Parts: sequence; C-alpha cells; structure tokens
Amino acid sequence: MKNPLQEKIIGKLQGFLVPIALLALWQWLSTMAIVNPQILPAPTAVLAKWWEYLLPYEAFDPAKSSYLVWMFSGELIHDSYASLYRVVVGFMVGAALALPLGLLMGASDRIYKLFNPLIQVFRPIPPIAFIPLSILWFGLGNPPAIFLIVIGAFFPILMNTIAGVRHVDSIYIRAARSLGASQTTLFLRVMLPAATPYILTGARIGVGTAFIVVIVAEMIAVNNGLGYRILEAREFFWSDKIIAGMFTIGLLGLAIDTGMNRLNNHLLKWHRGIESK
Amino acid sequence: MSTHIQINKVHKTFSADGREVVALSDINLEINQGEFICLLGPSGCGKSTLLNAVAGFSLPTTGSILVNGGPVLQPGPDRGMVFQEYALFPWMTVAENVSFGLEIKKMPKVQIREKVGALLEMLNLQDFRDRYPKDLSGGMRQRVAIARVLALDSPILLMDEPFGALDSLTRRNLQDELLRIWTEFKKTIIFVTHSIEESIYLADRIVVMTYRPGTIKKIVSVGMQRPRDPSSVDFNNLKKELSLLVMEEQSRHNQEEILTSTGD
Repeated sequence: MKNPLQEKIIGKLQGFLVPIALLALWQWLSTMAIVNPQILPAPTAVLAKWWEYLLPYEAFDPAKSSYLVWMFSGELIHDSYASLYRVVVGFMVGAALALPLGLLMGASDRIYKLFNPLIQVFRPIPPIAFIPLSILWFGLGNPPAIFLIVIGAFFPILMNTIAGVRHVDSIYIRAARSLGASQTTLFLRVMLPAATPYILTGARIGVGTAFIVVIVAEMIAVNNGLGYRILEAREFFWSDKIIAGMFTIGLLGLAIDTGMNRLNNHLLKWHRGIESK
Repeated sequence: MSTHIQINKVHKTFSADGREVVALSDINLEINQGEFICLLGPSGCGKSTLLNAVAGFSLPTTGSILVNGGPVLQPGPDRGMVFQEYALFPWMTVAENVSFGLEIKKMPKVQIREKVGALLEMLNLQDFRDRYPKDLSGGMRQRVAIARVLALDSPILLMDEPFGALDSLTRRNLQDELLRIWTEFKKTIIFVTHSIEESIYLADRIVVMTYRPGTIKKIVSVGMQRPRDPSSVDFNNLKKELSLLVMEEQSRHNQEEILTSTGD
C-alpha cells in the first residue's frame, strides 16, 4: 500500500524522468564527441558558462563598490534586468492606453464604431513589422524597443477588454438597475468587475507578447539585454552562452507567467473554476 | 385596503424574426397594498413579461402601469426584484451583495453594517457573510438575493420564479420564510410561478394567464387560512380546478409548438 505522500513524491519524480533522460543522452552525445561541441556543447559546459555569466566579472574590490552591488554586477543579471525593465515599462504603457480605450469601446457603441475600423487595420500587423519604423522614429536604444513592446501588449489587452465589457451578463445590469444604480456605479461596480476575467486574460497574453517582442527588439535595436546577448554570442561561436541565455529567457518567462497566474487567482478568487487550479 | 399597483389595458408586442408576437393583451389588474399575488401559467404565457413591465425593464406598448398613482417608467429600488437565476454579483461577498443597494442610497457605513447584520441574521446567513456566491447552494443564494432586496425596504417585491431551480424541500423552506417576511414587513408581492401548488400555498389571489396572446384567463381568490396544508381537501379541490385551467393553456402551447416545428 502506498500512502498519499509517497504517491505525491512518485508523481513529482515521474515528471523529471523524461528531462533527465534527455539530458543524459545529450551529455553522452557530447562526451563521446559524436556531435561537435561547437554545434552542441555538453549540458555541463552550458551550466558552467551560465554560472560564469551569472557571476561578477571583476574580483571584489571594497574601494569600488559595496558587496551587494558587486554581487549583482554580473552580466547575466544586468541583461535580465534590462530586458525585464523594457517588458515592464512597455507593458504598463500599453495597458494604460488599452484599458481606458477598451472600456470605452466596450461600453459605447458610438465609440466602438469610431475606432474599430482603425484597430482592425492595425491589429493584424505583427509588432515585429514595426521595427524599421520604430528605429527611424526613435533611433536606437530603449525608446524603439519599448515602443515595440507597447504595441505588442496593447492589442491583446484592448481586444479582451472590449469583449469583456460587451459580454457582461445582462442580468447583472438588470439587478443593479433595479437596486437603483446610476450609470457610473453600474460601470465601476458592475461592468468593470464582471469584465475582469477577460481583461486579465488579455493582460496575460499581452505580457507574453511583450516578452517575445523584447527579445527580438534587443536583437536589433539595443546593445544589452538577453536578446542582444545571445545574438552577440553567436558572432563568437559561443554556443554554450547562447544556450545559457535561452535557458535564462525561459526561466524569466516562466517567472512572469507564474506571477501573472498568482495575480489572476488573487483578483479572481470569487470566480468559479479558479479553485481547481 | 388601498390600491398599490394598477395595471390598465396593458398591451405588449414583440417582433421576433420579422413576425409580430402579441405577448400581452388587454391586461387589467388592481393589486392592493400588502397583497400577495401569484401570476400562474405555462411558459410563454407572458407572466414574466408582465412582471418585467411592472419592474420597468420593458415598458408596455400601450396601456399604463401605475404604482401609488405614478406611472412606471424605469426600474427602481421601490420595486425590489428577485430573479430565478439569483443574479447575485459573483465578485461581491454575501455581505457586500446585501450592502450594495444601501451604498447606492448613500446610507452611512455604520448603519449599513447594522442593517445588513440584522438581515443576514434573520435569513440565517450570518455565518456566510464573507463568502462568495460560488460557495453557496442555490437555496442560500436565493436567501441572499431576498436579503439584498429587503435591505432596500422596497414596499413591493417582484419575484420571477424565484424558487423554480430549487429542490422541493429547500423550496418549501423558502416559501415559509417568504410568507413570514411578507407578514412581518407587509410587502405587496407579485410572484411568478408555473407551479400550481406553489401558487395556492402562497397567494391571496392567483392570476391565471392564457398562452399567446397573454391575457388574464381567471382570477382566483384563495380563501384558506395560512399556514395552508397541501394535503387538505380544500387545497386539492382548488388544485384540480386550477389544473384544468392551466392544462388547457399548456395544450395550446404544445399544439403551437408542433405547428411551428412542422409548419412554415
């Protein structure tokens, strides 16, 4: 007989089986020199590089900086910070533009009709296609990258906000009106909360898009950040560093998504079906 | 007793698929202060349409509805509405749902707390005040919806098949509770139902409606003393009488459905 704890541990271990097997295969291919390490370095080499990339590149010198500053002076940390900064700023600006417009378009047919054609024309253009124009307009550095991220985050949030407001169940509106709610109360206390599940879904897609866009933007318009770093590593044939960078991008993406999921669950604790997650 | 709600020559037509459907035709009804009225009929007889017209959600095409002598033009807190689907706001806790109407009225916070506390106590909901509607059973949700309406002190309660989705035990329980509330607060109630037994158990007068166009077929006064015993002879005689009336309409309903599904 297995007790529940044992079963849980076994369940967790099962999840590691395939990754470990793949890693072992990969390690074996490299150590037996079946594949060229320039093409595919061993996992241990990647890990070593990742560690090196994480650590500060100069020895600690108390005269120059405090220990804490030195600890975080590694290239990887700087790159991650630069990428995250762009995602956060771009996402915030995108959300700050999309949310009010989406709420207005969802609530008013007139405003919807005014803006919808324009949005339908711009929405299918992938944010990446704005790269040349963004460089022409903003030069190089953070502004074009953030501009692209704004565009990437803007449309998913906008479309979901519109849908959310438009799909508010009419029974809530009837109930609120019979309780004497004014238009403002109806909007703020009924339509907005009723639309939050949609809006948060939009925000989650928006962050995901922002994260894709930041990597591409860094490959083209700036000279730091994770996207820039892996492209730079290619020029030196540092495949171990490329893979280490990709691994970091994956970890950051996972962290962002987990964070969004937590926020979602917190804001939607009233929502049916949340507890199953 | 004074007239509370006056329904005069109300007609209501809808257009569905380009066809004009007469939902209500020549409805005349006077409802007294503190009276318990049940609207009874098969689905599609316009009883909910009539209730929605009194609520002010959809106004009659012609004719008028007067409450205390003034015409109904829009929904308002003087006519509290209880829906079959409960219509609680899922993002608000039980206490927040009940407080919402009072916040709209701009009642001071302390008074809201006090009043909501008392109402939750009265409806046996005090242990659930910080729960969300998704955590409650159907019967509990409907109690919250009733508390929400009672908080407003509306003199009129409009109830659209409020217990239709509940199991029979919970249903009887809530019917008794409603009668208690009705006696205690002297509300005027219009209660829509398709259950004959429910209407006899609750109403002072039962308004039987016809199927398309919705008209008043008969108004039956229920003279029996409350609490009424569903196994008594009087109860069952009335049930038989009403069954005949309702079945006639139900069969017209069925025939029409057969016609519309095979015809065209």
